[in-house]
Amino acid sequence: MAEGKPENISAVRKKITAEFQLFDYENNNTVDVREIGTIIYSLGCFPTQADIREFIAEVEEDNSEIVHLEKFLPAMTKVLLENKFPPIPRTKILQAFKVLDRDQNGYLQPEELTKYMMEKGEPFTQGEMDEMLKTHTHRQENVIYYPKIIDKLIVDPGM
Amino acid sequence: MGCGTSVATETQVKKLETEEALKSPSPALTLKAAVLIQRWYRHYMARLEMRRRYTWNIFQSIEYAGEQDQLQLSSFFTYMLDNVTQLNGNGPDLISQLLDPVIDPWLDRETCYKMISIPESYTGPRISFPLSVSDTNTLLSAFKEQQILHARYVLQLLYETKKLLKQMPNIVHLSTSYTKEITVCGDLHGRLDDLLLIFYKNGLPSAETPYVFNGDFVDRGKKSVEVVILLFAYLLLYPDHMHLNRGNHEDHIMNLRYGFTKEVMQKYKTHGREILQLFKDVFSLLPIATVIDAKILIVHGGISDQTDLELLSSIERHKVKSALRFPRRSLEQLDIGQSHRLGKRMRSTDSSHPRSSHSYNENHRTPSLRKRRCRLSRQNSGDSTSSSSSSSSSCSSLCSPRTPSCISPQTYPSSPSTPYNVLQVPFLDSLSFVPLPSPPQQEREWKQIVDILWSDPRTQEGCSPNTFRGGGCYFGPDISQRLLHQHGLQLLIRSHECKQEGYELCHDGHVITIFSASNYYEEGSNRGAYIKLGKELVPRFYQYQVSRTTRRLTLTQRVRAAEGSALRSLKEKLFAHRSELMTSFQQYDPKETGCVSVGEWAKVLESVLRLDLPWRTLRPHLVHLAPDGSVEYQSCFEDLGPGAALPQVSPNLAETLFRYRTDIEIIFNIIDKDHSGLISIEEFRHTWRLFSAHLGVAIDDGAIDELARSIDFNKDGSIDFTEFLEAFRVVHKLDIKEHQLSEKMAKKKYT
Repeated sequence: MAEGKPENISAVRKKITAEFQLFDYENNNTVDVREIGTIIYSLGCFPTQADIREFIAEVEEDNSEIVHLEKFLPAMTKVLLENKFPPIPRTKILQAFKVLDRDQNGYLQPEELTKYMMEKGEPFTQGEMDEMLKTHTHRQENVIYYPKIIDKLIVDPGM
Repeated sequence: MGCGTSVATETQVKKLETEEALKSPSPALTLKAAVLIQRWYRHYMARLEMRRRYTWNIFQSIEYAGEQDQLQLSSFFTYMLDNVTQLNGNGPDLISQLLDPVIDPWLDRETCYKMISIPESYTGPRISFPLSVSDTNTLLSAFKEQQILHARYVLQLLYETKKLLKQMPNIVHLSTSYTKEITVCGDLHGRLDDLLLIFYKNGLPSAETPYVFNGDFVDRGKKSVEVVILLFAYLLLYPDHMHLNRGNHEDHIMNLRYGFTKEVMQKYKTHGREILQLFKDVFSLLPIATVIDAKILIVHGGISDQTDLELLSSIERHKVKSALRFPRRSLEQLDIGQSHRLGKRMRSTDSSHPRSSHSYNENHRTPSLRKRRCRLSRQNSGDSTSSSSSSSSSCSSLCSPRTPSCISPQTYPSSPSTPYNVLQVPFLDSLSFVPLPSPPQQEREWKQIVDILWSDPRTQEGCSPNTFRGGGCYFGPDISQRLLHQHGLQLLIRSHECKQEGYELCHDGHVITIFSASNYYEEGSNRGAYIKLGKELVPRFYQYQVSRTTRRLTLTQRVRAAEGSALRSLKEKLFAHRSELMTSFQQYDPKETGCVSVGEWAKVLESVLRLDLPWRTLRPHLVHLAPDGSVEYQSCFEDLGPGAALPQVSPNLAETLFRYRTDIEIIFNIIDKDHSGLISIEEFRHTWRLFSAHLGVAIDDGAIDELARSIDFNKDGSIDFTEFLEAFRVVHKLDIKEHQLSEKMAKKKYT
């Protein structure tokens, strides 16, 4: 993402194309529409599910479940150059967790987190929830120390 | 708890409001917070998924690049056998002696294994023939305890298996009428844990639980011997309920390269050679295909447009000992013209019609040919000609430019009317043209089998040589459709390719790939799967993943481990091509600043390594950036590489050795007939000369001699191969790294 200096358009386009092609299994510059979210995220963006749906609506080929590079490239270039789905600063995420942390004691119970993640906002699937709990629940104490997770997940060097 | 109003001062209002808000957040705020966290977490997971994908790509690219080298090696053998008459008096005699050893008369005599006695001190499993359920159970528990079956039993087992297989047809027909469900498994590649897991989940082979194992039981994994012994044991126990298809790794030459030979020799020092000889026979006797209810065809690789099931049923399958040794009279080898035309499709943002980009294909030749071109003239695009008129859709050309499996080659219309009238055979620096009549029967039969064992399906229609693997074909949906229709079949089940989920459907559901070795590339890289088929013949898939640790790894940990391993392999490749890469980099850096742009760096890598990978994404892992954002290309080679080279040895030699390390090992293993680990200096010298002549690499004879003398440490005229590699610290350094990494992983606590 932010590599310290503003990239010119051609470099941006090359990057988008490279990530796109990672999912282009038929070598015909198309990807399955279900991969679009992953591609957008991996280009450093933080869209909501609604954002992604909107984006897809613009670029999908008439409900064919396919997206062509020709449409994806200009749309995505615009997104990147305009920084449409900017990253979430650490402080904001911390704040968000604190909102959910009723007792303000620096951690969440798995049940608490599950309730929020699966019932509110843009709910997680069971699979997403399981992965999050499995990865981040402290083994002995069976709680989630959210300040720690934030540190771990924020630092994502180069990838 | 309501939202209390505060009577504090202005400055404190905001703070208190926040605190109040936190204590009893409004639903709106909670919602916002949840969405934010979800957004943020999903971003992280998507990037993880991305890393998993490109890691996968790296592994696949390198794997198939490796396979291609293997085929080049075999073409070298055949070339030598067919063309070289004298090479200091040790030409084909030496080679033919090595590759076609005289059949040991003892091996066919029933008494051969009976002469081997089992010492009292033997603590491994004891079995008796004919096998019973208690014997197979004994084997199962013994192998779980890491025990090794005595050579006598192994030989006896193989001998009995050979007898049984001789009675089987090439294509085995099964029916589901009298049995319950048939379970079909794919590649196991020596993964005992996966086999045991399948047996655990699905049941041991029996009349109620019949199995078909679709080839590739050995190589790569560390327990190939145990896997194949179990499979053969069950075959002997339940010949009607246990069915094995031959895979492309049931091939003694593949075994030399991919680990089975080594494993056998390590486990059976005294009788290893006999055991290997028997395996060679048994492998070639394995049936080629299985058909269920005359509706489902099961083969290891796939089919081609020339696949003829009637012909397949009639040939003597055991005569094709190895797919990599052509029938002697054939000159159908390095068909450069073919492969030149069917070169890798270009992945470039500039070109919209890769097919028209002729010059790009120039970069994708076999290493040997490229080297020759480098010597003659770099820009000469008119070099090796291509008989573009002959479209040889049916030619299983070996040793051709490689394309990663995720990229299919361009479609060229198949015109079987002109298979190949002209072949181009490389002979050192030039190409000679050899006219060839229509292929004799022997070659036709050989090709039928190779196509079955080596082909891959692809989405584009038609059939073209599998330039990726160098053997078999790529077959399109029309080819599958045609064959299935022709024989009244409805489904083709095959294996041969690793799939992330353990299985994959293609060709509109008419072709299924089933792969049963989980974590094939690395811990966490993929699941394994098997298929169950009942009377209605609707396949049901069962997936699993063997986990080395008792605690299941999270996606994060799996991705990290796999990534580390993939990147290491990649760096290895960078080092092996160091001088070529440096030359190319320097072309972009005339002022010798030591830097090139990221774009130029990516371009060089892609053209030299011929691996289609997302180089920009990988860049942070491979190379340093200068402060101005350009790439310091020398830093590609940091962190890896043999230690200080021997003083007499030029950098070229070290690199060449590094790159062809496995190939060299194979050759040495062949020369070292008694597998003692020692070869004479004379043999070493001859071998090296042959090898470098074939590669077109100019290595000074004097340098080879110096080298040979310097590594014969005890001056007795023989060289220990391990010491030889050790001298270049090729083996050592990489093993150290792997060892360090696995220790690190073991120690790493759950975070």
